[in-house]
Amino acid sequence: MIKKIGSLNKNKIISRRLFVLVAAKIGLLGIVTSRLYNLQISEKQKYEVLSDKNRIREWKTPPQRGIITDYFNNVIADNQRVYQVHLSLEEVSNFNNSIFKLKNIISLKEDEIKKIYEKREKSKPWDTLIISENLSWKEFSKLNLYLHELEGAKPVLSTSRHYPYSNDLVHVVGYVGDATTKDIQNKKKIEENFVPGLKVGKIGIENSKDSDLIGNHGTKRYEVNASGKKISEISYNKETQGENLRTTIDLEIQQLAQELLKNQAGSICVMDIYTGEVIAMASSPTYDPNKFTHGISTKDWNEIKNNKLRPLINKSLAGLYSPGSTIKPLVALAALEYGIIDTKFKVNCKGHDHPYELYGERYHCWKKNGHGLMSMRNAIKQSCDIYFYEVARLLGVDKLSLIAKRYGLGSKVLEDFFLEEKKGIVPSTKWKKQVLEQSWYLGETVITGIGQGYIQTTPLQLCLMTAQLANGGYKIKPNLIYDKEIDLEMIKSKIESEKNKSVSQNILKDHQFKHYERLYRNPNNLKLVLDAMYGSTNEQFGTSFRSRHKEDKYKFAGKTGTSQVKRITDQDRELDLDLEEIEYKSRDHALYIAFAPFDKPRYSLSVLIEHGGSGSKAAAPLANKLIKKIIDRHELREKIRKDLKNIA
Amino acid sequence: MILSTSLNSTSYSFIDKLKAVDYFLIIIVAIIGSLSVFSIYSTESGNFSFYTKNHLIRFMVFFSMFLILSFIRVSAWYRQAYIFYILGILLLLFVMFFGISASGSKRWINLFIMNLQPSELMKIAVIVCFARYYHRIQSSDIQSYKYLLQPIILLLIPCYLVITQPDLGTAILIAGSGLVIIWLAGLNLKYFVYSGLILLVSLPFVISILKPYQKSRILTFFNPERDPLGAGYQIIQSKIAIGSGGFLGKGFLQGTQSYLEFLPEKHTDFIFTLFSEEFGFVGSIILIFLYALLIYRIIRIGFLSRSFFAKLYCFGFASALFLYIFVNIAMVLGLLPIVGAPLPIMSYGGSSMLSIMLGLSIVMSCKIYSRDPIGS
Repeated sequence: MIKKIGSLNKNKIISRRLFVLVAAKIGLLGIVTSRLYNLQISEKQKYEVLSDKNRIREWKTPPQRGIITDYFNNVIADNQRVYQVHLSLEEVSNFNNSIFKLKNIISLKEDEIKKIYEKREKSKPWDTLIISENLSWKEFSKLNLYLHELEGAKPVLSTSRHYPYSNDLVHVVGYVGDATTKDIQNKKKIEENFVPGLKVGKIGIENSKDSDLIGNHGTKRYEVNASGKKISEISYNKETQGENLRTTIDLEIQQLAQELLKNQAGSICVMDIYTGEVIAMASSPTYDPNKFTHGISTKDWNEIKNNKLRPLINKSLAGLYSPGSTIKPLVALAALEYGIIDTKFKVNCKGHDHPYELYGERYHCWKKNGHGLMSMRNAIKQSCDIYFYEVARLLGVDKLSLIAKRYGLGSKVLEDFFLEEKKGIVPSTKWKKQVLEQSWYLGETVITGIGQGYIQTTPLQLCLMTAQLANGGYKIKPNLIYDKEIDLEMIKSKIESEKNKSVSQNILKDHQFKHYERLYRNPNNLKLVLDAMYGSTNEQFGTSFRSRHKEDKYKFAGKTGTSQVKRITDQDRELDLDLEEIEYKSRDHALYIAFAPFDKPRYSLSVLIEHGGSGSKAAAPLANKLIKKIIDRHELREKIRKDLKNIA
Repeated sequence: MILSTSLNSTSYSFIDKLKAVDYFLIIIVAIIGSLSVFSIYSTESGNFSFYTKNHLIRFMVFFSMFLILSFIRVSAWYRQAYIFYILGILLLLFVMFFGISASGSKRWINLFIMNLQPSELMKIAVIVCFARYYHRIQSSDIQSYKYLLQPIILLLIPCYLVITQPDLGTAILIAGSGLVIIWLAGLNLKYFVYSGLILLVSLPFVISILKPYQKSRILTFFNPERDPLGAGYQIIQSKIAIGSGGFLGKGFLQGTQSYLEFLPEKHTDFIFTLFSEEFGFVGSIILIFLYALLIYRIIRIGFLSRSFFAKLYCFGFASALFLYIFVNIAMVLGLLPIVGAPLPIMSYGGSSMLSIMLGLSIVMSCKIYSRDPIGS
């Protein structure tokens, strides 16, 4: 009986205790269910995104750079097929071993291997390393033969930048190289499209037009597993090639210019005096931009760097020279415009025995025996220094500076297009006070009148100056990339309307000019100066008479210049050494500016030979050959211009 | 069958026995078993290879074993209960000296056809042993120190042996199974409260003796982002998989997390994660419901049984089963630390399957021989 009660009691306890357990179980089930609800329904989206992030990985594919052509559509920078070997890191079990094997098949130098190890440090385990960018066909086929032994190695057909006219255009087009951290930080376009191994412009057009040339990278999206192995391609957003660019350069003229400058240091610039198109911009010596594409070797680099003639300097726009006598037409023009002199004004040049004197300082003409009584026309034609000493003294440096700046000196011709372009110096009393904190001396005005002293110009500035004189005195917009907005007919009609504009004396005050606005007060003053330049080239006793063209078609007008590198002492004058007898570094720079054809001017040019001696002997003869080529190609260029206009 | 039925007073005809079988329970087990085979098939990206084959064979073998062993008299289980327990302890001791190790713990005995994990069997042995132990004890005696101390010692021995393997998860489940029976037998609530308090107080000490990897698991549980690629990786990936499954799931064989191998141990402890990723909220709820039904059927059998042994065993087993399921699911959902506990029937693993099927056969035997009064 007791037992019975006991077991009844026990039964009760068990049931009661079970009831508690079941209640607890239901409670716990509730927790699990609500957790499931929370994860799978409330926060589903968050976990879906995380799941996709897990499984989808993006690979960027490199974009192709745009092609660069000259004005006539000759390709001057393109993309060439190259054979490369890449190493897929996720497939490599022993990196050292793989590199060792590769080293035996393709030639890898010690410093290249060092670079590969450095690159590997920075890359992610699923990245692909470029082991060699440019294999020879022989190496490439050998690689393919041993491929089964090389885990992770992939032979890849890729493209790389190639410059078909290697040396001829390097100072215009520039070159490309690996993007540095700085490049990526500085240019948004590079940052957005960065892919390991991306080449970016380092200098020249490649650099300044990088954002247009680069194009857009592609994106390949792969499904990957937990260890990063690609399982399948999900999508491929194809990369796009960068914009193709047409430059204003005429390849043939550029090549001729480089040829003429061969073995010398110097520059040749050619410009359309209306459109401002830079037709040639040669600088010598040059170097091969193709060497930079895959990283230049130390040996090649040292060769370029140690060359005394400094190939890396783009002399057309980063070389600063005293303009010498090429400034004289501008001095004469300034004096005429301000009414300081007229055509009848004369100065007597009496030779070295009777130099020009000012406050006890003596200033000599280059001609030992003197020119005699000089008018403005003759002074330009024969480049008489005494005449310009006097004119400069009468004019004053500030007025000269104002006119010089107006015609293109003292500021960058291509604005910010080239990183390396220099502004040069057009001195004035104010400039000297500000920069050198000294007062101006009248003697300095006198030598500025013959383009010596503080004044510093680039050859491209001299070319622009000549263009703006030759086009009748209108401000033009120099450019290097073909721009359909710059239209010859439009420019000519603008100039025509400017011609008839009445102007006051105020035009000679310091102010900003818009493009194609007239820069002169009286058109006759310009005509007088241009006519004098004609005399200088085409009449006897003219300084470049020997370089003239007799045929009307090729007739041009110019002005020689010889820029002193150091002060000529009385002793030097006494010795009167020949060029070959002077040490190279002490020889004068030879300059020449010209425009052609004389009767209907269209092109301007400047020639500079560093330490070439006198402008008439070293520089002017080059202009003769250049101008013939330029005129011969004029018709062809005009045809292209019309075609391009029709397409637009 | 070595265990004969001749000693019992009640006799059953074969037809009676067949009639007494709980077919509904068998069907539920069969359904969960089939789901487990499909899930394992999915962990192998839809290839019928090693794991799927093994799992299918094991399920079929142990399922048949369950059906056959169901006809052993429950009184026989009662009589052999202590033997079963001692056998379990001996196997654990065997493991201690001759067991095979894998990933830092020594848990298995090599039986050539499969590696037996005695700690899994111990889960059932403890329940059988305790059911017998409390079968005879009067409810008035239960509170005495003698009857309090004995079962605690009986429980501490296997727990200690399993912890030293080390296998904290199984040890907790064994302890849980034992405590459930002690609770059902009617031990005063105050003891549970006291021991709970003592556990809380000794927690810092317990933590200090934990192995570094166990500590890191617990710390990681509280903040998985602490170490997203190391200890926190499993739980983060598991939550991503379950969460991204959404309402209806990604579809059979479409679970990217497991297919792309982001999920670790997907065929054992994380099988629920895979199932949940592929079949979503709906699938998970259905699976949980099936387990709930299974537990309900077991409890029902307990109610129908006359003997305390059968009652205690069924209620105890049902509760232990619930505990295994809850710990596993809560673990993969990030509600509990990762302790290494398989999901009954679903997870790949022979010992776990063996012990569950064995446990179920005793349940079924309780049903078939429900009128057995057992002992005196």
